[in-house]
Amino acid sequence: MWEYTDKVKDHFMHPRNVGELKDANAVGETGSLNCGDALKLFLKVDENERIVDASFMTFGCASAVASSSALTEIVKGMTLDEAAKVTNGDIADYLGGLPKEKMHCSVMGKSALQKAIADYRGIQIMEKPGEMVCECFEVTDLEIIDAVKANGLETTEDVTNYLKAGGGCGKCLDRIEEVIASVKAEG
Amino acid sequence: MNVIYTDNNATTRVADEVIEEMLPFFGGFYGNPSSMHTFGDRVGKKIRQARQKVADLIHADPDEIIFTSCGTESDNSAVFSALNAYPDKKRIITSNVEHPAILNLFKYLRDKKGYDVVLVPVDKKGDLDLDLLYDSLSDDTAIVSLMWANNETGVIFPIPEIAEKVTEKGILFHTDAVQAAGKIPIDVRAAHVDMLSLSGHKIHAPKGIGVLYVKKGMKFFPYLIGGHQEKGRRGGTENTVSIIGLGKACELAAQQLPIMNTQVKELRDYLQSQLLEKIPGVSVNGDLENRLPNTLSIGFDAVEGESILLMLDKEGICASSGSACTSGSLDPSHVLMAMEVPFKSAHGTIRFSLSHYNTKEEMDHIVKTMVSAIETLRAMSPFWKDGKLV
Ligand code: FES
Repeated sequence: MWEYTDKVKDHFMHPRNVGELKDANAVGETGSLNCGDALKLFLKVDENERIVDASFMTFGCASAVASSSALTEIVKGMTLDEAAKVTNGDIADYLGGLPKEKMHCSVMGKSALQKAIADYRGIQIMEKPGEMVCECFEVTDLEIIDAVKANGLETTEDVTNYLKAGGGCGKCLDRIEEVIASVKAEG
Repeated sequence: MNVIYTDNNATTRVADEVIEEMLPFFGGFYGNPSSMHTFGDRVGKKIRQARQKVADLIHADPDEIIFTSCGTESDNSAVFSALNAYPDKKRIITSNVEHPAILNLFKYLRDKKGYDVVLVPVDKKGDLDLDLLYDSLSDDTAIVSLMWANNETGVIFPIPEIAEKVTEKGILFHTDAVQAAGKIPIDVRAAHVDMLSLSGHKIHAPKGIGVLYVKKGMKFFPYLIGGHQEKGRRGGTENTVSIIGLGKACELAAQQLPIMNTQVKELRDYLQSQLLEKIPGVSVNGDLENRLPNTLSIGFDAVEGESILLMLDKEGICASSGSACTSGSLDPSHVLMAMEVPFKSAHGTIRFSLSHYNTKEEMDHIVKTMVSAIETLRAMSPFWKDGKLV
C-alpha cells in the first residue's frame, strides 16, 4: 500500500471542486483512458484574468484525485500569470508530498493547468513539440529533458515515475536512457 | 470495525486449528528434528506426520515432498534442477501470465544466461494456446513450467492433459500449483507432473513455508546446498513449527475441498451476479467455466482500481487490484494485458478472492459499498456520462 499523507487521503476522500463547471471559460485536458490517468480542469476567469472558480474531473488513483483537488484550491483567486508559475512541486508540497512513483499525478495537474491557461488566452499549445519517445503514453524527448532537468532525474525508472514514459510496453526504455544521457552530457 | 477479507489469493488467515497445532512447538518442544535424542525426535515425528499429510493432499508419497521457504523458492529450485539435469538443453517454456516467481526467473535466464525462452500466450479468456505450446516443444527443451491456476483471474490450465503430452516427449514438466491447491483436486500421479510447487500461506498455514513435490526417481539438483536435511535435497534446519502447521493446513484443505466447490463457489457467484446486476459497465475477466471456485476478477469501466480499493478499505473490505505482487507498478497487470482486456476496464479491475470464512452478509456489504464507490468515482470521471462510457 502506498504511504499517503493525511492531506492526500483527505483530498481523495473529500475532493474539493468536483464536477463540470458550467460557465467555465478555460478548459485543460490531459491524460487518457489508456494511461490510467486523466484530468479535465475547468476554470472561470474574470475580465482581470483572475481565476474566480475552478473545478475538475479525474480518472485515476488516489494521488491523481488529490492532486487535481489540490490544484483547484491552489489556483482559485490567482491571476493567470500567477497560475502559470505553479509547478508540479507546488501541488505535491500542498499535499505534504506524494510517493515518488506517483509524482506523475502532480505533473498531470501542471500540464492541465497550462492547457487551460492557453485555452483562455487562445494560444495554440503546439501539439507535443519534440520527437515522440514513448508511444504508449505520448511523451516526447523535450518533455523528458524538461523533467530530467527540473527534478534531477537519474534513471529510466525516475522518468517513468514522473511521466509514465516507459511504463507500458517498455520498447522506448533504451531511447529514454539516451535522452537522460544527453542531458547529463550537457552538464 | 470488522474486517471483511476477500484477498485470499494474496494470503490467507492462519486457521485456528493450525495455530493450535503449532503452539506447543514454539514453547516446550524446541528440539532439532535431526538430533539423536528423543527430545528432538518428538519434533522429528511430528514433521514426518506433516509430510504425510502434505503428500496426502496431492496424492504423492511422503518421500517426494521437500519443504522449502515459499512458493518462489519451490519454483526456482524446480527450474534450476531441470537446467542442471540437462545442461545442454537451451530452451525453456512457460506462459506469459505466470506469477513473477516464474516469469522473472525465465526473463533472467533469457537475458543473463542466454536461454531460449518461449512465452506461450493466452487468449481473451485467459486460456492457453495449446497448439502453440505443443508446436514449441523441441528436443532442445529442458523444462516446461506452467501454473495450474492463475492468481489473478482464477483461470485453470488443463495441466494433466498438457503434462502428459510434454512428459511423453521426455521433457520435464513443472507446475506452480500455489493457487490451485486446496481449491481444486490435485493428484500428481494422475496429472503426470514431475515437479509441483505449493505455498503454505495460501492455504491457511503461515507465511514462510513452501513445498516442492519431486517425482520419485527423478534426478534432483539441490538449490540450497548444505546439510543432509530433506534427504540432502535442501540444506538448512527445518522451519519446524511452520512445517507442523502446514501439515495441519493440508489436512484441513483436503477436508474443505468440497465446501470450496459448493458454498464458497456459490458465494462468489452471488457476488458476481449482484455486481453485474447493480452496476452498469462491468465485465468479468477470464474463462467463466475453467475458473477457481473462489476467484472473481471484475472490471469497472471508467474508474481506476486503486481508488476503488481505498474506498473499500474505508469500509474494512480487503480486496486487490490485479495481483498484490505488482501493486508497486502503475500499469494494468501483465495478466490482463496478455488477455487483451481493454484499458477502459483493465485499469478498474478488482480481484475478490474468497475463503470458507466469508459469509453472505459480507457479500451484501461488499455489493453495497461497491455500488456507492463506483457511483462516487464515476461522478468525477471525465469518461463517464449519463450512465455510460464516453
Ligand atoms: S512506448 Fe514507451 S512504454 Fe510503450
